[in-house]
Amino acid sequence: MDAIISTLAKIPGALPGAVAQGLIWGIMAIGLYFTYRILEVSDLTVDGSFATGGAVCIVLMLNGFNPWLALLMAFIAGLLCGLVTGLLHTAFGIPAILAGILTQLALYSINLKIIGKSNQSINVDKYDLLVSLRWVKELALKNPLITVAIITVAIIAIFYWFFGTEMGCSIRATGANLAMSRAQGINTNMNKVLGIMVANALVATSGALLSQYQGFADVNMGRGAIVIGLASIIIGEAVFGKIFRNFALQLLSVSFGAVIYYVVVQVVITIGLDANLLKLLSAAVVAVFLAIPHLKSKYFAKPVKVTEDEEEVTENA
Amino acid sequence: MLDICKVHKSFNVGTVNEKKVLRGLNLHLKEGDFVTVIGGNGAGKSTMLNMVAGVYPVDSGKITIGGNDVTKLPEYKRAKFIGRVFQDPMTGTAATMQIEENLALAARRGKSRGLKIGITKAEREHYRELLKTLDLGLEDRLTSKVGLLSGGQRQALTLLMATMNNPQLLLLDEHTAALDPKTALKVLTLSAKIVEENNLTTLMITHNMNDAIKYGNRLIMMNNGRIIFDVSGEEKKKLTTADLLEKFKISAGEELANDRVLLS
Ligand SMILES: Nc1ncnc2c1ncn2[C@@H]1O[C@H](COP(=O)(O)OP(=O)(O)OP(=O)(O)O)[C@@H](O)[C@H]1O
Ligand SMILES: [Mg+2]
Repeated sequence: MDAIISTLAKIPGALPGAVAQGLIWGIMAIGLYFTYRILEVSDLTVDGSFATGGAVCIVLMLNGFNPWLALLMAFIAGLLCGLVTGLLHTAFGIPAILAGILTQLALYSINLKIIGKSNQSINVDKYDLLVSLRWVKELALKNPLITVAIITVAIIAIFYWFFGTEMGCSIRATGANLAMSRAQGINTNMNKVLGIMVANALVATSGALLSQYQGFADVNMGRGAIVIGLASIIIGEAVFGKIFRNFALQLLSVSFGAVIYYVVVQVVITIGLDANLLKLLSAAVVAVFLAIPHLKSKYFAKPVKVTEDEEEVTENA
Repeated sequence: MLDICKVHKSFNVGTVNEKKVLRGLNLHLKEGDFVTVIGGNGAGKSTMLNMVAGVYPVDSGKITIGGNDVTKLPEYKRAKFIGRVFQDPMTGTAATMQIEENLALAARRGKSRGLKIGITKAEREHYRELLKTLDLGLEDRLTSKVGLLSGGQRQALTLLMATMNNPQLLLLDEHTAALDPKTALKVLTLSAKIVEENNLTTLMITHNMNDAIKYGNRLIMMNNGRIIFDVSGEEKKKLTTADLLEKFKISAGEELANDRVLLS
């Protein structure tokens, strides 16, 4: 009994760290939301571009770059990663999933070259880190929770504005209906490339922030990122889908989804689950959630409820 | 207005499934022509429209619209000249977007899309007025997702999107075939009305011979990738379905005897 209580007592102390990690990964999940939900393209580049962002950021900072500038360079590196996948997919006709896997694999070598080895740490005392886990429990402005929250809100605000513009609408149309988009004069290939680029830029930014936060970049830090991103999207939709209708709130729910994911992971680890089983667990959870809509329609088909809206439709038809 | 010149198109070249679909197709449309297109399954009607719209490249030949050579232009660039309504009501609209957003997308066909707001207040009022002309009650549902509409409503909306900025060419590919007879008639009547009011140059594929005779000022019949019959003006007005059936038999032989064309 005492053992249980002392274990549970550890949880609150671990929460700020879990929330910070969740918020950081949330930025990557928002990037993934862009490709997966809006463009309806499954982009697997992210496992590579996440680490690229971390690698670029840490190496540049070690070479004396201002941390914001290093973050910007990570963003640009992400754009380039996306450009490669986007062109492989559109200009060379390789299926999106395969194009992403190819880029991801290539990035592994490139990331090794950027860092020069598989792992590079950065000293929080010597470098002016934007976010660091050292301050995660402090009531101060340099608390990473504040910085990451501000960056997240800024990203959501920009996305919200962008998807209301002519270009943003044409990207949404590209994801919704390719044939219709082309018939309406939309350059769907360019939109796909653009979308995959921006998504990976966010993913790389997220990787850059995580490597600062944890104090090192690692070529393997992005492994399984796609699954964590999907889990965040799915959890966000499951928990907030009914109440968050507005587009900005939907993006926020993705970020919250990532936070919930990391809080749950933290709790599970604190209770004593073997950390090596985490990826198995994550994959299983995502697989179940992805399967539910299919299984539902196959085995639990309910008679369709006629809503007011639909009644109107039949009348008018 | 439209010039299709010696266009050839084959699919699956070099495989056992190789199929010559268009064999040196020639067609010239004058401005304001409303042409109905009939022909058996696989005659190449849809392929002809797809070639004009740029869905696939031609093997050889030339296509010009209003004097512009579009043969090498990608589909999205040709869209500037062309309005299209497809057979499948799902194809012409974005289901997950609102009615007004779909209209706003169509309003920008052929224009560059920048960082200006995607739909303005003034536009919204304009769309409300436009939708009123459909008489389907859609003017009160500007922000409804298009996915909630019936097939007929979606086709009517697609028609509006295709014609709202007076395209040089309107392509209709069996656009009422997926609708029930009553709705089909409604959409067809609406199409004819819009075409006539705006004097749009139009190609309309149909499997209904009565419609093919009733609408438009010119009728062409296709078989095996070529135009085998082409009438217009007074001569077309005097056509009967019996005449058309006769043409079918002569040119295509008895193989078409149980084609669905003959049943309609
Ligand atoms: N993308 C494609 N790949 C391979 N074959 C195709 C393709 N598109 C059309 N075809 C073939 O070309 C032929 C002509 O097809 P098309 O769709 O133009 O006929 P259609 O006259 O529109 O007939 P329908 O009345 O059935 O719509 C058919 O044999 C079809 O199988
Ligand atoms: Mg056809």
